[in-house]
Amino acid sequence: MSVQAWIYLMVGLSFSLYIGIAIWSRAGSTAEYYVAGGQVNPVMNGMATAADWMSAASFISMAGIISTMGYGGALFLMGWTGGYVLLAMLLAPYLRKFGKFTVPQFIGDRFYSKSAAVVAVICLLVASITYIIGQMTGVGVAFSRFLNVSNEVGIYIGMAIVFLYAVFGGMKGITYTQVAQYVVLIIAYTVPAIFISLMLTGNPIPQLGLGSKLPGSDLYLLERLDQIVTDLGFGKYTTSVPGSYLNMFMYTLSLMIGTAGLPHVIMRFFTVPKVRDARMSAGWALVFIAILYTTAPAVAAMARYNLLSTVYPAALENKPLVAPDQGIRYDERPDWFKRWEQTGLLKFSDKNGDGRIQHYNDKNPALQEKAEQVGWKGNELNVNADIIVMANPEIAMLPGWVIGLVAAGALAAALSTAAGLLLAISSAISHDLVKGVFKPDLDEKGELLAGRTAMVAAILVAGYLGLNPPGFAAGTVALAFGIAASSLFPAIMMGIFSKKMNKEGAIAGMLVGLFVTLFYVFAHKGIFFIKGTEYLGLIGGANSFFGITPEAFGSVGAIVNFIVAFIVDKFTKEPPAHIQELVENVRVPRGSQVIKGAH
Amino acid sequence: MNKSPQAYWSATLRLISIVLVVWFIVSYLAGIILAPALNSIQLGGYPLGFWFAHQGSMYVFVALIFYYAYAMNKIDREFDVHEE
Repeated sequence: MSVQAWIYLMVGLSFSLYIGIAIWSRAGSTAEYYVAGGQVNPVMNGMATAADWMSAASFISMAGIISTMGYGGALFLMGWTGGYVLLAMLLAPYLRKFGKFTVPQFIGDRFYSKSAAVVAVICLLVASITYIIGQMTGVGVAFSRFLNVSNEVGIYIGMAIVFLYAVFGGMKGITYTQVAQYVVLIIAYTVPAIFISLMLTGNPIPQLGLGSKLPGSDLYLLERLDQIVTDLGFGKYTTSVPGSYLNMFMYTLSLMIGTAGLPHVIMRFFTVPKVRDARMSAGWALVFIAILYTTAPAVAAMARYNLLSTVYPAALENKPLVAPDQGIRYDERPDWFKRWEQTGLLKFSDKNGDGRIQHYNDKNPALQEKAEQVGWKGNELNVNADIIVMANPEIAMLPGWVIGLVAAGALAAALSTAAGLLLAISSAISHDLVKGVFKPDLDEKGELLAGRTAMVAAILVAGYLGLNPPGFAAGTVALAFGIAASSLFPAIMMGIFSKKMNKEGAIAGMLVGLFVTLFYVFAHKGIFFIKGTEYLGLIGGANSFFGITPEAFGSVGAIVNFIVAFIVDKFTKEPPAHIQELVENVRVPRGSQVIKGAH
Repeated sequence: MNKSPQAYWSATLRLISIVLVVWFIVSYLAGIILAPALNSIQLGGYPLGFWFAHQGSMYVFVALIFYYAYAMNKIDREFDVHEE
């Protein structure tokens, strides 16, 4: 069977599974639609949360980015996992006890203010919609690279599949599909990693393989990798830092706080029966996430080693790399190299015309002179980060079914995250805006219809944005995390941990936190990411705030939010007695009920 | 033993603080601030600071959440506020 046939088979099988679940899990009530009836087993919910959380970026791009960044890539590893500790202790159990459908509803009720709810809805919509653009483009990318169909067709197919289980099944359909998608994506991610680790180090467990010696050598894999990359003028793999340590610190913190504040993740914890299930479920979610996240750094380092030793076979024999006649001959390059060249993810240009591939850091002044002496005229190979995961099975010479599996896994990762985001968006519109603000007398049937209509609209908008990604698409994930960190997380946390926090404080905190974050991001990337509207001069140059990059600024926004909220709170009157009782009630588990939606 | 809601809440906050301290130590301290110093120690083929950043912190995060869930359930029962 050809590779292409395997890909169609694997993707086809996984899609029929999702459609089967969609037919089986139709939602009949708002409780089923918003929170899967509140009866999801905590381990299952952990699995669904893991799929919800791990996006196209986690699956396709993260290992590749770490591969290039080395040590500093840890900010994604720690940032996108450490947030679960915050979520498990500071938010999830209390929001579960509160017992309502959505995050804006908590903020609106706790701060006894429809304006607070509306601010929360706006933050949720901006964060979720920017996030979903990346998922839809991810679906298109996976389809076009693996299935040889155009981006557009890929996105239409993806929209149709999500439509089936999200519109009819709501949270119930999404939950059980996400469980299936987790299984698909984790097998797809770990199988190639196990084989690569085995090939390279003789240890089948990638997490241990990364710390092992190379067979027939006294050198550890990481030690040898450090030597090779520094020989070629790149930063040392195990110590390279992006910007400064302070920036790495703040960046990690922003991702952690942002993770804990993202509504599509938080709302997954409304689906479990009890408060203690919410705590355990966060633990299970992180177990399932960590399986992929601890494998990723092994994939990253091993793929870098594989790629460099493919380009420089001399690296395997400890010979000098920057020397005459080094670099593999272009016409002797392996087949996977040719295949990925066609996609444009690998690009070769023979700058010195010697018919060989030289890949090195030509921006490193220490290496330039030496490179010129041996006749190198600049780096000749451009490697797109996405190739690290997608080409992995071919580099390891794995059979066709594994390649098919990786394609199905990439699609599972993108679709599961898209569905979670779509539910967060549609429930904020139907429950918090339509029912909460405009039409409070809407009955159960009417709200279910509003939810489904909002979902259809959200899918169409997401599809449109996926087909016509705005120029700013690349910068948007930073924006989503920045907004969640600087507005939603502090508001929810103060709502639980500060009994005296009043509506004035919370609203001022959210608005100012959001404003400073957007102000700093827009200064670098343009107002609403419109090119040419950057105003770096106004803030004194790029990264002017202690060298912190805009991506890392969400944590500063969060701190500002807390400070402003407490100052405003000091000068305004304390919340009414029944709100303070509500907070006390939220803090104890006893008396929690399955979320039914009654008001 | 004092079983008031205030005492329950301070027991909760104490547990959260302990977990957050460990959370901070493994990630921000061992994984970032002290990583360059820790890298002089080897854990198998891993420099230790690099290991905390790329592996160890995540294992500890998982353990922390389960420890928190276990300890919190215990506190709930002690103060008689657990779910039936």
